[in-house]
Amino acid sequence: MDNYLEVSNLSKTFPGFQLQNISFSLPKGYIMGLIGPNGSGKTTTIKLILNMLKRDSGEVKLMGLDNISDEKTVKSNLGVVFDSNYLCEEWTVAQAEAAVSVFYKNWDKKKFSGLIKRFHIASAKKIKELSKGMQMKLMVACAFSYDAKLLILDEPTGGLDPVSRDELLEILAEYIEDGEHGVLFSTHITADLERAADYITYISYGELFFSGSKDEFVDMFRIVKGGRGELASDLDGKLIGARKFSTGFEALIKSEDLKLFGHLDVEPATIDDIVVFTNREGD
Amino acid sequence: MKLIISNVSGVPIYEQIKQQVKSAILSGELQEEEALPSLRTLAKDLKISVLTVTRAYTELEEEGFVKNVQGRGCFVMGRGSELIREQLICKVESSLTEAISAARMADLSPQELHQLLDILLEDKTDG
Repeated sequence: MDNYLEVSNLSKTFPGFQLQNISFSLPKGYIMGLIGPNGSGKTTTIKLILNMLKRDSGEVKLMGLDNISDEKTVKSNLGVVFDSNYLCEEWTVAQAEAAVSVFYKNWDKKKFSGLIKRFHIASAKKIKELSKGMQMKLMVACAFSYDAKLLILDEPTGGLDPVSRDELLEILAEYIEDGEHGVLFSTHITADLERAADYITYISYGELFFSGSKDEFVDMFRIVKGGRGELASDLDGKLIGARKFSTGFEALIKSEDLKLFGHLDVEPATIDDIVVFTNREGD
Repeated sequence: MKLIISNVSGVPIYEQIKQQVKSAILSGELQEEEALPSLRTLAKDLKISVLTVTRAYTELEEEGFVKNVQGRGCFVMGRGSELIREQLICKVESSLTEAISAARMADLSPQELHQLLDILLEDKTDG
């Protein structure tokens, strides 16, 4: 069981939106970032994985088990963090622990109180009095307290300040250090992923654009820049999402076309560049 | 061993790790049979991806500087420093060859070129 998550040909149709044939897998011990612009299907994918939405077709395996027929076993090994808090707002932190812990046989009270202390969460406070960063860390603390093998986070860094974001990434890196845990996390703030993620799955308009190692993803593209006159018309078709302006142009190109653009300024592309340019209609 | 990752240097992170490990081997800071930092711990500490460190360590192994022992870690090879020295000598040779061809274009005599090298060497030892 080397893959903690295996998604094959997952599809779901809504009026006006279609998630089509999404397939990817995440080996244990690594972090995967799920990226794509708003409305591209990231949250739908996560909800399908968690069986919160009924899939039309396809298969999802978590830690080798089917996400529907083995739902109970799967979920006792799964931690989930959403961008909004799912705990009752009127509860205190201590009450939240009491409510959540009954669902998990292996809940570790000591570990929870240790994490609460480490994350500086005041346990007497009500959930609604906690900041967004604190609420997020509380959800992470819950997942860690029953030793979830796989952590799935949906937009965990949205609305967080840089300090909390950095803290979260540190927590995740520590979590996978032993090689026995995995993380799938969706975000559109790709600076978070630029360093921490091992794998990238990029969904655009409901279709899988890429899934594989981050380095491979970033290596697939380059940014090319030049003056307007420097672009021969036969090269125009090789540009992705070109932006042209009075003094020049910039565009994304595939690395395999690199030699055609040897005479122009070429620089490495960031994940953000790739997402932005691949979603632009060229000029 | 000191390992620092720059975000602005433009050099890929795995390459930065490789270079710093190599110079630590060459300077003798990392001795033969000494273990490199654990892959996953290093990734966590530097806040970089595990696969990036894996790539750096794998390439160091392919180039003969270290060996990966499954389940135990990554260790410095005996001939590592020798190899790096050879690589560096190669680099010096090719840079000098480049300098010579530039000197020819500039019509510099061999003596002048020698003089130039001496001056530069002196500068470096002073600084």
